[in-house]
Amino acid sequence: MASSLLEGNEAIALGAFHSGCRFFAGYPITPATTIFNAMLRLLPPVGGVCLQGEDEIASIGYCLGASMAGLKVMTATSGPGMSLYSEHISFAIGSEIPIVIVDVQRLGPSTGSATRGADGDIQFLRWGNSGGLPVIVLAPVDVKDCYLLTIQAFNLAEELRCPVFIASHKEIGMTKEGLDMDALEMPKIKEREAPPAGKPFFPFEIPNGREVPYFLPIGDKILVRQTSSTHGPDGYITTDPIQIAESRARLKRKLDSAVDRISFYEAHIEDDADTLLLTYGVTARAAKDVFEERKADGKPVSLLVLKTLWPVPENLIREQTKDVKRVVVLEMNLGQYVREVKRVLPDKKVDFLGQMDGRLINPQQIHEVIIHV
Amino acid sequence: MSSLLNESRPPVFCPGCSHERITQALDRCFQNMGLQGDQVVIVSDIGCSGLFDTYFHTHAFHGLHGRALTYATGLKLAQPELKVVVTMGDGGLGIGGAHLLSACRRNLDLTLLILNNFNFGMTGGQFSATTPPEALVASGFLNQLESPMDVCQVACSAGAPYVTRCSSYRKDLPEVLEAAIRFEGFSLIDMWGLCPGRYTKKNKLTPKIIEEALGDLPTLEGPVKENLREEYGRHYRELASREKPAPPPLKVEARFRPPEPSRQEVLILGRAGQKVITAGETLCLAGLSAGLGVTQKNEYDITVLRGPSISELILSPERIGYTGINRANVVVAIGQEGVDRRRALFDHLDGGSFVIRAQGVDIPPSKGRVQTVDFKGQGVKIQDWALASLSVMAKLDKVITLEMLQSALKIRFKGKDLVSTVDLMGRVQVGDGFQSR
Repeated sequence: MASSLLEGNEAIALGAFHSGCRFFAGYPITPATTIFNAMLRLLPPVGGVCLQGEDEIASIGYCLGASMAGLKVMTATSGPGMSLYSEHISFAIGSEIPIVIVDVQRLGPSTGSATRGADGDIQFLRWGNSGGLPVIVLAPVDVKDCYLLTIQAFNLAEELRCPVFIASHKEIGMTKEGLDMDALEMPKIKEREAPPAGKPFFPFEIPNGREVPYFLPIGDKILVRQTSSTHGPDGYITTDPIQIAESRARLKRKLDSAVDRISFYEAHIEDDADTLLLTYGVTARAAKDVFEERKADGKPVSLLVLKTLWPVPENLIREQTKDVKRVVVLEMNLGQYVREVKRVLPDKKVDFLGQMDGRLINPQQIHEVIIHV
Repeated sequence: MSSLLNESRPPVFCPGCSHERITQALDRCFQNMGLQGDQVVIVSDIGCSGLFDTYFHTHAFHGLHGRALTYATGLKLAQPELKVVVTMGDGGLGIGGAHLLSACRRNLDLTLLILNNFNFGMTGGQFSATTPPEALVASGFLNQLESPMDVCQVACSAGAPYVTRCSSYRKDLPEVLEAAIRFEGFSLIDMWGLCPGRYTKKNKLTPKIIEEALGDLPTLEGPVKENLREEYGRHYRELASREKPAPPPLKVEARFRPPEPSRQEVLILGRAGQKVITAGETLCLAGLSAGLGVTQKNEYDITVLRGPSISELILSPERIGYTGINRANVVVAIGQEGVDRRRALFDHLDGGSFVIRAQGVDIPPSKGRVQTVDFKGQGVKIQDWALASLSVMAKLDKVITLEMLQSALKIRFKGKDLVSTVDLMGRVQVGDGFQSR
């Protein structure tokens, strides 16, 4: 056995590189900067591009241009930068531009606490775009997830032509951990699909049986149009309400209909448990400790760790919680994802443990919430 | 060559709009250059300049207000062979100011056409960054309060190597455009024109007045001598090609037996500049060399060489979940700031906890066994106390052994740093009351 000592941010960069990401642009911000640092070491020597933008708006704008020119792209920031990304996130959703966006969350609001973690952006990532159409948000727990989920994020971004967010966290991104990379089961790398040759190409045409348009890069022999305006299949602005309704519905449907196959999770269901801990991100580590301790003590609880937060894996949540009376949602904020859990499980008792002071939720707190409440 | 105009989408500018002339001149320029549609991408901003991409049979990219230069940059770096032409109004100039400055400084081979008609046409004639204070616009008196910006001067100051200021009515506009597109580097043309839909309804402006106004300004046409330099994309690729490929993550073989069979928690309480994080990493590498799972969680403030620096380290043969420390096996107290930040922790120490205290650091009373080490007296510099503490631990077989530490040092340090660190480790004395190995 041979392990590498990696921090979460470095693992994200390595995952991106492995996926074929060859363009990165970012603006320095704690606690995401080390992703930029790693991409700067990885990309230029192999002919890739790593840029330091003049601000976050530019950084993601560079990425959108490069993505439309055919490269796999990624950017990384934290809460204040996510705020600036907003207009371009909306663009990437509406105009189907593949991009992986990493949010190494820090405690907000606003500049908040640069070196303290939180899960403060979980609803922001979902709703921080104009138009309110769905997005994909993956949430790593540890360094291994940072690596593997980044690869999955690229696969989803390329396959579904959409932004995919990685909701990391200061205490994941900047925490170092040993990882045996040779022991990992690697996902297959996916690419954008080019249209079949010999047929006229319309950049946003949806062939039968697909929900996603084929992709050709700007710079191809065939002309490609990209626009942030509401467009028809030909990539020109449209005012036709039927076309508009169809394309908006499709943008929603292409993600909603994929949810069951893109829902990453870890579940530990105990037959005798009447409580299930539901969590994500760094808190899953403490929750797993609690799960193991209680199992060993003969007072088991079940555990569901969500690694896909959006679209909400509703079927998964219903299925995994069907045998418990009570669900306890743990997250490092004052109550965000618990709203979704309550929505999905209207007939269950859903309790909540949140904390937003920069400290991790510790196993003792989780034990207490299981016993009391 | 044939026209690249999109015959199915003729321009829909207001009658008399100078954008129409620019559209025709740009098409003439493309023809003169012999460009095919697939060799060009038009990146258009927002407002009437944002219509340009639809009028041409070229690649097209239309995005958000003021951001056209950012997409253009990504496109050009990804597809260096493409001719990238950006159309932007005086509105985009204002909202995208940071991107303009950056493009000037960077000198990537893009051509920026500023369709400067002194107001926001599409939204109703509000004032822009170039509206004269005396103009009557839809922003009431607000434009009287601000100075219009001379974008050409700004661009020159920011390092643009190619700046032309001209009237949209110049007869040789196709040639002016061609020269800018042919220039290898960032080129900008500030084209003054008329907005008959809004601006000239209340303000007298004619091609002749524009001509006269331009005549009163210093001529700017083409290369800016003092700003001529290497093109960014070419330069980027040249410098990048000299970079060595990043080595893959280093793999640490499990070769040793750890001194303790169980989970060990180590807390280093120091201050910024004491290489607390480096020492923590070294401890983790030592753990990996014994096949242990390791985690390192750090805490520090945003200041760089001031404030507390704390590293929480766990080495364990079992899966490590929660990365915080509850009951430390070893506490390394080498900086007052770190100790003060975690004073409460000392209440939880028991007889099994071992505290390495640097002489001079005050620690709260606790049940832990305290070993005071006079690092200073031993001639160890304060920035090396964290690393020196690892040596103390290894010499006492606490958490790591000497062979684990030595192996970790060889991974973490190279060359002179390795020599000096190994030397440091050898010099450190554990102190009274303990048998040193």
